[in-house]
Amino acid sequence: MRFSIVVFPGSNCDHDAYHAAKHVLGQEAEFVWHKETSLKGADVVVLPGGFSHGDYLRTGAIARFSPVMTAVSAFARAGGPVLGICNGFQILCEAGLLPGAMLRNRDLKFHCEHVSIRVEHTDTPFTSRAQQGQVLRIPIAHGEGNYFADADVIAELEKAGRVIFRYCDDEGRITEEANPNGALNGIAGVCSAGRNVVGLMPHPERACESVLGSADGLVLFDSVVSHVAAHGAVSTAAS
Amino acid sequence: MKARVFVTLKPSVFDPQGQTIADALHSMGYAGIGEVRQGKYFELELAGKSADQARTLAAEVADRLLANPVIESYRVEIE
Repeated sequence: MRFSIVVFPGSNCDHDAYHAAKHVLGQEAEFVWHKETSLKGADVVVLPGGFSHGDYLRTGAIARFSPVMTAVSAFARAGGPVLGICNGFQILCEAGLLPGAMLRNRDLKFHCEHVSIRVEHTDTPFTSRAQQGQVLRIPIAHGEGNYFADADVIAELEKAGRVIFRYCDDEGRITEEANPNGALNGIAGVCSAGRNVVGLMPHPERACESVLGSADGLVLFDSVVSHVAAHGAVSTAAS
Repeated sequence: MKARVFVTLKPSVFDPQGQTIADALHSMGYAGIGEVRQGKYFELELAGKSADQARTLAAEVADRLLANPVIESYRVEIE
């Protein structure tokens, strides 16, 4: 199966995602430049981390208008699995494929550290091999990861079980101290209404080998490989 | 014709940068300054448009790109 990793000007975790897909999982992986209109036969689309367009205006605000995003939207609406990591999450929010927006971290500091996140739901393509309540040790690296949405949107997300990852302490408890950026309800990641689009601020692709300090991120990639194997590929005109 | 677009965080959104600026002003001795909110300001050059057309165009680009309605609101002035 094939991972298509979208590269925007300023993406800087594209090679990490490529490495995880190709060398750790042994799957096919392709880079797709943001000016392209096809996803090169993608089974899974990854929007990687980085600073697309220098984070000018707002994080992800310019990238969402890249030509490739039309194909990403079509793939997502057809039910294809899409993972947005950090800046990729911000782009998906700006594009309206995921709800909410990211504000500056409440302490105005760039946080680059390992954190613990709790898997809240396993009924997404990227968490199907995880356990509900499982605590993953995964790095974050962002200055704007403070998840925000209107109170009614947050209530709807919680009710529909669309909060997929939450910052927690090492025992899985949701506390203010464990929340690195001020995100509402400790939200680290959410999914779309169709559950096939998942975005999160932490970087699972940087935590796929124990030599890197943690292999806990591997479960997201293992999950989607199993998902595609079980459900088959999604076909769209642009994929 | 020139449009000025002011983008500000919605009142319900916490603004840590504005809070930090307010704290700095207070530490400088400006006791009479209350809350500070930081925003963004854009000047758009618009060719050959009436004021109404300019306002409509500026609002359109503010809706689509300059502001994110999840966290921000905006105001347009035409010069």
